[in-house]
Amino acid sequence: MHFVICAKQIPDPDTPPSAFKIDETKNEVVPAPGISPVLSQFDGIAAEAALRIKEKVGDVKITVISLGKESAQAAIKQVLAMGADEGLLLEDDAFENGDHYTTALVLSEAIKKLGDVDAVFCGRQAADWDMGQVGLGIAQLLEMPCAIIGKDVDISDGKMTVQRVLLDGFETVEMPLPAVVTVSNELGEPRYPKLQQIMQAAKKTVNKWSLADFENLEATQVGEQGRKLKLEKLFIPASDSEVEIIEGESAQEQASALVSRLKDAKIL
Amino acid sequence: MTKNILVVGEFNQDGLSETTAELLTGASSLSSGGSVSIVLLGAGSQEKAQSSFSYGATKAYTIDNESFSEFLPDKWAIAVNDIYEKEKPDLILLEQSTVGRDLGPRLAFKLNSAVAMDCVSIESDDAGFKATRPCFGGNARATYSYSASPAVATVRAKSFEAKTQGNENGEVVQIDLAADSKVSVINREEVATEGLKLTDAPIVLCGGRGLGGPEGFDMIQELANVIGTDKAAIGSSRAACDLGWYPVANQVGLTGKVVNPDLYVGIAVSGASQHMAGCSGSKSIIAINKDPEANMFKSARWGIVGDYKEVVPALIEAIKSS
Ligand SMILES: Cc1cc2nc3c(=O)[nH]c(=O)nc-3n(C[C@H](O)[C@H](O)[C@H](O)COP(=O)(O)OP(=O)(O)OC[C@H]3O[C@@H](n4cnc5c(N)ncnc54)[C@H](O)[C@@H]3O)c2cc1C
Ligand SMILES: Nc1ncnc2c1ncn2[C@@H]1O[C@H](COP(=O)(O)O)[C@@H](O)[C@H]1O
Repeated sequence: MHFVICAKQIPDPDTPPSAFKIDETKNEVVPAPGISPVLSQFDGIAAEAALRIKEKVGDVKITVISLGKESAQAAIKQVLAMGADEGLLLEDDAFENGDHYTTALVLSEAIKKLGDVDAVFCGRQAADWDMGQVGLGIAQLLEMPCAIIGKDVDISDGKMTVQRVLLDGFETVEMPLPAVVTVSNELGEPRYPKLQQIMQAAKKTVNKWSLADFENLEATQVGEQGRKLKLEKLFIPASDSEVEIIEGESAQEQASALVSRLKDAKIL
Repeated sequence: MTKNILVVGEFNQDGLSETTAELLTGASSLSSGGSVSIVLLGAGSQEKAQSSFSYGATKAYTIDNESFSEFLPDKWAIAVNDIYEKEKPDLILLEQSTVGRDLGPRLAFKLNSAVAMDCVSIESDDAGFKATRPCFGGNARATYSYSASPAVATVRAKSFEAKTQGNENGEVVQIDLAADSKVSVINREEVATEGLKLTDAPIVLCGGRGLGGPEGFDMIQELANVIGTDKAAIGSSRAACDLGWYPVANQVGLTGKVVNPDLYVGIAVSGASQHMAGCSGSKSIIAINKDPEANMFKSARWGIVGDYKEVVPALIEAIKSS
């Protein structure tokens, strides 16, 4: 079988809010000094899901695909170190400043071009724009069934079984391959590559495809020219909260002071 | 310029969901006199359609049929697509719910258009629609315009206020349609919410990783008991859910539930932006944390710096004796 993991490189979501800055003239996030971009968390978990299945069923090739700049190689290498077999970077100036539609379009064309893909693993959402739509978009464009927000994924007998997290419960679904799944943190922690695996990953192949490698795609369909959503404004919402720290000699004193504040405010 | 808007509605035995009523009210002001229609799928939808008219819908498309009662996203997408073709709306609104987050992108890609997910406000002018949504884990907000039609947006609960419009009548159009799903549901477990729902509670007490173990939630439960379990419900940070200390259905935050209570109390929760994304709409926030630098204090109205193991029992006593 052949699995694809879609992996995106993003600014570190654990950047402290105080270091999070926006350039409002360019509508861009200003990279926080000294904090490197990372593999989007849920994509590492998607890789974990794919690798667990590979360990169980054996004969599986895993390709990790990223659409991004040259620097996204680092995200690809990380998934290769976890155990994926081959990398594919989709990089072209023409791909830049696109939207989620153009991202899903290019990824789906790449998956089509690979030819023999049985399952696509995505994160539930990329932890930069928090959209949660590229996995579903790929599935729609490739006419594959899709299950989102998986906490457990299994493949056997040509079928994918996904345990899903709903807002108020859980659900188990089954769908025929080829299929797309998006994975959530409830699956568990992604494996941590050993030094030896990181060294092996450096030797694994990472192919690069640009727009010219896609017969089916025109420059007008991708990146800024193809996008259907235009970012008009990116801003940090104003917050006007001023905290009152309740002081006191003891926890009892603090607690009764807080309770009287709550009574005054008619909250209790 | 008038706009035609289609709302993908949700309902249960009790009637239309609150958020659907909000979306209809929002849609009627965004339409500037254009049409507002709703689609309701599954058994009972014709009856439930009636109340949509009082919130501003003028037409309701229903597939009042048991075969659509179960939410199967690919099948529902076929149905909504069919109604799109009849109505040709400029905007399709869905809830940011289990349904919307699955159906929204499917529809947008099917219709060769774009979706903005989890929007907190939608505006309309002659140029079209603008959708604003949180991003970067709640640190920022982005406003988008659409250059394709229809615009599709999933909208967060309480982004619009539900108001009846003094109208009771509209047209119900029952659709006959058969569609299949490639996905079969083997099992579905609803997590029973006894008593007060987290999203309805006027007071939410939320525990985090700093509790140090599941026992911490027992102490929070005691606090909820003295406040009254008709008023206070318990939430949890993702870290605490991931550790298995509290059920995921109670997770508050970007990837959990969004709550807007009168009072939110974060107990040993650091207040990461992705957590605050689920509670920053609360009227007042209290932070109880031993670290005075914890981010939660930045959004709080009141704070106590201290060990929750001392502060929470003291609060329980103070409430009891007040
Ligand atoms: C894409 C993405 C989505 C996410 N979605 C969510 C989400 O939906 N919900 C969510 O909650 N998180 C979410 N997170 C995770 C989030 O970034 C934080 O990691 C998480 O909220 C931390 O949980 P916490 O505050 O309980 O734990 P910590 O960050 O570990 O904080 C524990 C706090 O407890 C305090 N403490 C320790 N001991 C005591 C004591 N005895 N008394 C008082 N205080 C004490 C500490 O000072 C600390 O501030 C998401 C992350 C990403 C990247
Ligand atoms: N540029 C990208 N390259 C590779 N995969 C991506 C990219 N953007 C999104 N994805 C995949 O799609 C998922 C959902 O992304 P999004 O819809 O942007 O929230 C991510 O978790 C990734 O698995």
